[in-house]
Amino acid sequence: MSQQSMIRADAEPASHHHPDPKRVGDRVFSGLATGSGVLILVILALVAAFLLIQGTPALLADPAKLTAQGYGPFAEWVAPYVFGTLWAAALALFLAVPVSIGIALFISHYAPRRLAQPLGPSVVFGLWGAAVLAPAVQPMWAWLNANLGFIPLFGGQASGTGRTILTAAIVLATMVLPIITSLCREVFLQAPKLHEEAALALGATHWEMIKMAVLPFARPGIIAAVMLGLGRALGETMAVAMVLSGGRQISFQLLTSENPNTIAATIAQNFPEAFGLKVNQLIAAGLVLFVITLAVNTIARWIVARRAQYSGAN
Amino acid sequence: MNIKPIASVALVSAVALAFSGCASEGGAAGKTLTGSGASSQAAAQAAWTAAFQTANQGVTVNYSAEGSGAGRSAFTAGAADFAGSDRPLKDEEMGAGKFAGCAADSNALNLPVYISPIAVVFNVEGVTALQFSPDTLAKIFAGQIKSWDDPAIAKDNPDAKLPAGLAITAVHRSDDSGTTNNFTDTLNKLAPSVWTEAASDTFPAAFGGEAADKTAGVINAVTNGKGTIGYADASAAGSLGKASILVGGKPLQPTPEAAASILEHSKTVTGRAANDLAFSLDRTSEGVYPAVLVSYAIVCQTYKDASKASLVKSYVGYIAKAAGSAPLPASIQEKVKAAVDSIK
Repeated sequence: MSQQSMIRADAEPASHHHPDPKRVGDRVFSGLATGSGVLILVILALVAAFLLIQGTPALLADPAKLTAQGYGPFAEWVAPYVFGTLWAAALALFLAVPVSIGIALFISHYAPRRLAQPLGPSVVFGLWGAAVLAPAVQPMWAWLNANLGFIPLFGGQASGTGRTILTAAIVLATMVLPIITSLCREVFLQAPKLHEEAALALGATHWEMIKMAVLPFARPGIIAAVMLGLGRALGETMAVAMVLSGGRQISFQLLTSENPNTIAATIAQNFPEAFGLKVNQLIAAGLVLFVITLAVNTIARWIVARRAQYSGAN
Repeated sequence: MNIKPIASVALVSAVALAFSGCASEGGAAGKTLTGSGASSQAAAQAAWTAAFQTANQGVTVNYSAEGSGAGRSAFTAGAADFAGSDRPLKDEEMGAGKFAGCAADSNALNLPVYISPIAVVFNVEGVTALQFSPDTLAKIFAGQIKSWDDPAIAKDNPDAKLPAGLAITAVHRSDDSGTTNNFTDTLNKLAPSVWTEAASDTFPAAFGGEAADKTAGVINAVTNGKGTIGYADASAAGSLGKASILVGGKPLQPTPEAAASILEHSKTVTGRAANDLAFSLDRTSEGVYPAVLVSYAIVCQTYKDASKASLVKSYVGYIAKAAGSAPLPASIQEKVKAAVDSIK
């Protein structure tokens, strides 16, 4: 609390330093910035309204009617997809976050300056997952299944195509990697040089310096980066639709043909042929995804705000 | 310095082009035919529209392959002049006055224009030909037969060298599709004791198996996998092995002829107008390849707009003659022609 008010107190005099607070440019910019901010909120509200209006018929419909004209009772139908969305995103983050932080640290604190420059976020995906990665990892998955199948995660009957949720998670991880990495890199670069030099002067090794001076300072930034990556992973559609053999099972097994599909992929796959109540039901599933994403972002903001108070920043 | 004149010349010509584009479009507005519907017809419709437009200068035919359901609702709402659909309209969907583009007292007509065999494709190392009895096929896709060296498969294929211990990965469509509907209907009609679920656009969740998006996804999954089997439009099968289905003990390949003959053995839905050619398919006849998708053009008996009627008449008349991947049998062609001639 006290630190927050201190920051505010610091920030306030800065605004008094403006030579002329009524400059036209300032007012135009302020108007544009406020306008853009409001516009985003309005668009978000309109999206929510659209989803609500179009999805409500499916949410309110009699389960028997949904069975006849839709895809089946709503909660029962959407549950596996909610699970699949969260499960795939969690797996992707599990794979991507350590690698991202490692790469970001390497670029910001280990790599020579020359090397640090060209490594930007640029990625080519497309059919790679389905046509190259899945056949390539299939023998590995079959081996895991045969030798470690007693662990429930690796159990079941291994898929003959490799298009499992673990493969989809690898593709998702590759997609969120540049986002998390570039954000983490920016945060790591902002770690106070004075703290770093002080740590080194006290006899800390390079790694100890990173542990003491960089990571505590960067923690809220890392969380924010991970949450942005999570947002991308939750909403990713076509890559999952092409790579994942998705169905309507809630299953933790990573290597079988029968995986829970994600909400976004389900919508993309079924929307073209859907009509009537089915459209409403798919849009209602979109509403569920919207709520999940909103919840994730809210939680992330809350964590960042809470942590910011006692980060090593000041 | 040189940029300016070039840019302005480009701008002028672009504007001129834009205007000429507008002009020609405006001039042909009365001669545009809009169709919407089944993606199974997409490739055939593209070929038909191209050939038809070449033969009839000044006519534009647009077919958007958004799916059967979307096509049917677009036609009902009057947004499309004709619909492509993997099934005829049901009795409750039919009725005079229900269609915005048709005259008030006009019903819709269901006309078969596209017949396509659904092939059972497989990718098993060292095996080039396979044949399945309906029961075996149903058990494979229902997940009851899990390995390629299962005795049931060996019994159907006494000569094939089946790999020992290779697991079967049965691939189905993850999206709703007419192909799935016709394939599950086939299994349901031919092997009712195994395939207990009724025909449906969605592959029954109870049977599990591998899912892939659209025809291309199924073909890719089968091609890139190990010990895979799937179903897809025969025209998309490429170099994959196509299994024969044993009907009455005789192995049948998904050939256009074996597929088209299904209409000669099937009856039209009862209680419809004489010109309506909605078939209820009889998949159990001898010598008929059972897994067949029959796709329809849905048109008005009487259009509100007489100029649309003449366009639909010439276009649908043309595609019935040209036919899709499997040509219509002559007897059916005659019936379609008579129905098309009756459009007003």
